Amino acid sequence: MRARMLTYTKQDSPVHRLSGAAKLIVFIAWSLTAMITYDTRCLVVMLLISLVLFKVSTVRFQDYAFVLYFILFFFLLNHLAIFLFSPLEGTRIYGTRHDLFHLAGRYTVTAEQLFYQLNIALKYAVVIPVALLFLLTTDPSEFAASLNRIGVNYKIAYSVSLALRYIPDIQRDYENISFSAQARGIDLSRKEKLPRRLKNIVSILLPLILSSIERIEKISTAMELRGFGSGRKRTWYMGRPFTGRDYFALGLMLSLAAAALIITFYDGSRFYSIF
Amino acid sequence: MAKKELLSIRSIVAVGIGSALFVILGRFGSIPSGIPNTNIETTYALLALFSLLYGPVAGLLIGLIGHTLKDFIFYGSPWFSWVISSGLVGLIIGLLVAGISIQDGVFGKREIIRFNLAQIVANAIAWFAVAPTLDILIYAEPANKVYTQGLAAGAANIVTVAVIGTLLAAAYAKTRTKQGSLRKLG
Repeated sequence: MRARMLTYTKQDSPVHRLSGAAKLIVFIAWSLTAMITYDTRCLVVMLLISLVLFKVSTVRFQDYAFVLYFILFFFLLNHLAIFLFSPLEGTRIYGTRHDLFHLAGRYTVTAEQLFYQLNIALKYAVVIPVALLFLLTTDPSEFAASLNRIGVNYKIAYSVSLALRYIPDIQRDYENISFSAQARGIDLSRKEKLPRRLKNIVSILLPLILSSIERIEKISTAMELRGFGSGRKRTWYMGRPFTGRDYFALGLMLSLAAAALIITFYDGSRFYSIF
Repeated sequence: MAKKELLSIRSIVAVGIGSALFVILGRFGSIPSGIPNTNIETTYALLALFSLLYGPVAGLLIGLIGHTLKDFIFYGSPWFSWVISSGLVGLIIGLLVAGISIQDGVFGKREIIRFNLAQIVANAIAWFAVAPTLDILIYAEPANKVYTQGLAAGAANIVTVAVIGTLLAAAYAKTRTKQGSLRKLG
């Protein structure tokens, strides 16, 4: 059950050298821009930029290859669902209709639909490389410091770093509990009937949750004894100050976002139409 | 105890550990329900229980942080509309069950009904209304597709929390000592 996860690997590249806070801001601004715009030209340019960034960062393909399969599968499923539920959504948005060929019943493939689904695909495709890059090139220990730096309360930033710290521990606990339960004949697969399966899930979850609650008590007592939260601010061991390179990246991102938004809303509509 | 803060140290840690649990259960704790493409997401039972134990702010943060990290680590990029809805589920459940003192081992029939009403309201708002609407606003997906998806996910989550969440909460309450449970001998 060894699951692959995306993790940081120590490497040296211009993207790795950026401070975590700068990368976080770029990631957030990038995602927001991609969410708002529906302009094909902007999306294509953003996709090209993100691919260039990927090249520059020199992250290794095998570090993220497995998520690509997930994403691809999800992509196909989603597009199929969109077409099944609403084959003429494109016509509704763009206001014209060019039939390409007829399938069956209400299912006609139109040029508008293809263009609309291309745009949706682009919208996802634009966010994924940057999100992957952010995750693969940012040290998790620096992540909490970055969150605090962009204005998130340090207590919340600390919860995030606790979560990252305890994911491997809890995964190990889960595996131990679930294997020992299975060794005693507690089955979670389709072979068991549903009510029985639900009962079996509870018998795995209960020890996991009770031990986690105990862990919460222990950690919070330890933190309380060390005076956590008594100050208004705190410093971070892994925090890094902004350098020229960070300001450069932020400036670039801001101008890109501004340009994308101006181009998108220039003609008063969020959707760019070729028809 | 001088002044009660919005986030006590205990809730900060609960958010951290709760989010880690959310990530792990979100990845490994989905059980096939027998209906195609609808899984029993045990994460939402966990989220409901933690909202009950640690309150609305913790619930909101566990939903937001846990879901974001899960999407990030295992799928590469977060699906923001559903991340926000997860946070909302935690927040609403936490607000509606505020009066239940499960820490003192009180979780009888009345509390079970209240807990379940709260989770039904929370899941209905989040998955029937907010998640699909955000999907339309952010991604401009077809309305009937996202509402069908939301309906299926919401219904599955309500059933999951009703069964697993209630069982977990009742089992947790049993491990706590009731107030005034001491008895004078002789």
